[in-house]
Amino acid sequence: MSLLSKKSTIVLTDPLMNNNPITLQVLGICSALAVTVKVDTAIVMTVAVVFVLSMSNTIISLLRNLIPARVRIIVMLTIIASLVILTDQVLRAYMYDMSKQLSVFVGLIITNCIVMGRAEAFAMQNKPGKSFLDGLGNGLGYGIILIVVSIFRELLGSGSLYGFQIIPSAFYEAGYVNNGLMVLSPGAFIILGLIIWAQRTITNVEED
Amino acid sequence: MQQSNTYTLLFTAIVTIILGFMLSLAATSLKERQELNITIDIKKNILRSLGFSESDDEPWTQNNIQDIFERNIKSFVVDSGGSKVPGVSVDNIVQTDQYPVYCSHISEGVIDGYAIPISGKGLWSTLYGYIALEADGITVKGITFYKHGETPGLGGEVEKEWFTSNFVGKRIVDNNGKLVSIEIIKGEVDELSPEAYHQVDGISGATMTSKGLNAFLKTDLEKYEPFFQRIRKERTN
Repeated sequence: MSLLSKKSTIVLTDPLMNNNPITLQVLGICSALAVTVKVDTAIVMTVAVVFVLSMSNTIISLLRNLIPARVRIIVMLTIIASLVILTDQVLRAYMYDMSKQLSVFVGLIITNCIVMGRAEAFAMQNKPGKSFLDGLGNGLGYGIILIVVSIFRELLGSGSLYGFQIIPSAFYEAGYVNNGLMVLSPGAFIILGLIIWAQRTITNVEED
Repeated sequence: MQQSNTYTLLFTAIVTIILGFMLSLAATSLKERQELNITIDIKKNILRSLGFSESDDEPWTQNNIQDIFERNIKSFVVDSGGSKVPGVSVDNIVQTDQYPVYCSHISEGVIDGYAIPISGKGLWSTLYGYIALEADGITVKGITFYKHGETPGLGGEVEKEWFTSNFVGKRIVDNNGKLVSIEIIKGEVDELSPEAYHQVDGISGATMTSKGLNAFLKTDLEKYEPFFQRIRKERTN
């Protein structure tokens, strides 16, 4: 018997590719542009979002029959905001330089549509275990795109990956220059656009 | 199903209390570490403003930064008249007319530069940083910002190297020895202009931050002017 049932596996893997929150649902774009200049910030952001998303999905799912329908959005928001503040506090204590680089974007996970969207669309109707997997899947689906974008941006914009110089100095001496556009937000838009195009061609999506 | 008002109120109250408790617990238990990080970050900024940088043989870590700081930086307190205040260290200044100075040394007794704290309002927030002058008390050695809440990408660019490196080599006094401070202008500095010696390129989209910065740089430099005047005098003698 496999670790997860077939249904659960789909819940976990669907958002990675076929129903990716960024490339197919086009959610969470703002932070995807802001924190992808370097691979290390993208990785930390991914971990933060995966944590918030899977925890908020689990907690909200546990409370789904208790949350009063009239105030459910504000209750969800309170839970999500608390988790985000917690993440921010931990980053400040243990990864200070990283938290300075991510600046407001950790706090802005609160407004990331993916988190709120999964809480309302999935966690309110499903059991905690499944909701956790859904959060994990969506967080990772978001993270994969973030990391892929950041790999292109750091490699082309700074000539390095995860802080290590990749493009040899001989190239620079021969006249190669880093692409400054990649460091700026438009670079992220272009890469993201190309990824969305590639992804939609592969998965064969038709826009209504 | 529509729940009663009492239930709704009770539920939200309980959720708020639990989450509030959890967060305050986290905030208190992590406070000490966060404050340590902040003091370390401030020390890094003082070092950076004075031209120190991380090298491959001695990367700056949590553990050695304190040591590097103590080895290279000496600090003292000056009053508004520009004379050193004996018996007061930079960590326990109580009077508002006493200011801290951090200086680095080339060798024993030979000063390399002076760093002083700067702070003031930008657009949304108070900015905090350090500006360092060369031993002549005129030329800017470096400037750093370690804390601000300006818009990332606009006013937030003040902490970026492309902006701070423009300050290096600029002079804060004119030919007659009058304090003119550093002025961030709109657009790029015309290197041929007679004012170029104390002007730096502005940040597009951050006019208000630049304006605030100009104002508090001037106020802070004025506070230290008596002290730097003495230094300039000592050097000409």
